[in-house]
Amino acid sequence: MELSILTLCYLIGSVTFIIGLKMLSNPATARNGNLVAAAGMTIAIIGTIFLYEEDGKKLGNYPWIFGGLLIGGVIGTLAAKKVKMTSMPEMVSIFNGMGGACAALISAVEFDHIYQSYKAVDSAYLSDFIQAGHYLTIIAGAIIGSVSFAGSMIAWGKLSGKVKDFSFRGQHIVNLLMLLVVLSAAVFTFQYNIGYSHILFYTTVGMALIYGVLFVMPIGGADMPVVISLLNSFTGVAAACGGFLYNNKVMLTGGILVGAAGTLLTILMCKAMNRSLKNVLIGSFGGGATAAGAQKEQGAYKEISLSDMAVIMSYANKVMIVPGYGLAVAQAQHACHELEKLLESKGVTVKYAIHPVAGRMPGHMNVLLAEADVSYEKLLEMEQANDEFSTTDVVLILGANDVVNPAAKSDPASPIYGMPILDVELAKNVIVNKRSMKPGYAGIENELFFRPKTSMLFGDAKKVLQDLIGEIKNL
Amino acid sequence: MEAILNWIADNQQMIYIVILMIFVGIEVIGRVPSVLHTPLMSGANAIHGVVIIGAIIVMGKAEHSNYVALTLGFLAVVLGTLNVVGGFVVTDRMLEMFKSKKKGSK
Repeated sequence: MELSILTLCYLIGSVTFIIGLKMLSNPATARNGNLVAAAGMTIAIIGTIFLYEEDGKKLGNYPWIFGGLLIGGVIGTLAAKKVKMTSMPEMVSIFNGMGGACAALISAVEFDHIYQSYKAVDSAYLSDFIQAGHYLTIIAGAIIGSVSFAGSMIAWGKLSGKVKDFSFRGQHIVNLLMLLVVLSAAVFTFQYNIGYSHILFYTTVGMALIYGVLFVMPIGGADMPVVISLLNSFTGVAAACGGFLYNNKVMLTGGILVGAAGTLLTILMCKAMNRSLKNVLIGSFGGGATAAGAQKEQGAYKEISLSDMAVIMSYANKVMIVPGYGLAVAQAQHACHELEKLLESKGVTVKYAIHPVAGRMPGHMNVLLAEADVSYEKLLEMEQANDEFSTTDVVLILGANDVVNPAAKSDPASPIYGMPILDVELAKNVIVNKRSMKPGYAGIENELFFRPKTSMLFGDAKKVLQDLIGEIKNL
Repeated sequence: MEAILNWIADNQQMIYIVILMIFVGIEVIGRVPSVLHTPLMSGANAIHGVVIIGAIIVMGKAEHSNYVALTLGFLAVVLGTLNVVGGFVVTDRMLEMFKSKKKGSK
């Protein structure tokens, strides 16, 4: 009876995951979808704690279990509540790493269990005692979980600026070799004297961790969202290995679901940047291509004063704001909203043009502007925005660079060639706010800044906006 | 060869689930708008936190004298919970931002 209730719990869990994911992919239902999945998860967890039994034995160690749940729950909630909106991507990366580590630890305990049971038998092989399929699920969980953990930690470090991009010649070959070493170590562990198998197992895990680091190291910081999404699906597969191990259907459905959806999402993210996954993973940004594309003649750019800008903007009919990472760094979303309200009160139409990969994550700008209560209807997606630029008087670019770089259209040598961009040049005036003339994330010059329509205004986005608001009020 | 066939026969239910779930996973998010990529990733991140169930089982089965299993299991439960709870809360916060239509406090 109790076991059939547990089965029911797992069934509910699996179904809520599917429904939750479905609802998450629609803006109107997304929030509820998240809650539905969370509710299903809670049911599955509580069911496991109280109803699970193996060989007629219930689970024990309740103080440990509840202690762990409490500690993890409190830290998780606090971390997730405290984190700044701009650091969300890092947070997701950390949580993903935790899931990967969890899967690897489960495998480690299960392996230890096997080792302890059979180590007394001298000069026997591990393969004499356990089925290849069983071993496969354990070692796959350990390897994939470790890669995901190590990779996520590096991705987190890169996003928060603690880890710099690092690559060397022939790195891809080294990575490939490392992967082969990990896989052979896994096979070797299975086919070797059981007395050494635990050492071999931990060596395999250790090398998988190193592989995870090497895997993410050469990939540019701007591509981290794609990498996190990929590692996310890895962790899903690692969780599914646990599902195989315990013949547990909710782990299997949840894990594979995320594995498949995560992989597709990764590909969709790449598509939004008009790049292939292979291109992202092999890494082209910051590499040799940059040197070729960057050395163009630098024309002269012109600067604009705040008061001029205030005049142009207040007498415009339509202003389009193009936010980018600079806005996020400067935390200027509230100032931006204030400017929008001020201009609207003067009868200026203000809209935002959101490039799908502006900022460091897809949707980064939407989240940021929504935090400042910018109305959802004012945010235009790239296609809509491109239709409206020709009727726009002033485009204000706040800390965006690569997403407005015309080289993506005109220069086949450019590393971002082919990426869809915002056609800001169709507008009458373009004002670019940047901190300096330094190139953006892709490391390439932007000809837009040297075009006659373009004026530059250097400085921190928040300060510039506040000063600008002051100027407009004084008009 | 025989071992593989046996393994497939023994686990056929699970294998069916894997194959079906791959298609469901792809189908379900096929038409997601790009603005939702990040929250969706975060939500999926929370869902693979089901790995916590494995951690609970490992922890619950551990014998009292087996300190390796106890320690690793405990760590697994903590990390798994972080993944689940943190994942869902972060996703909720992201999505909350999307629909705040009321008058802002700032």
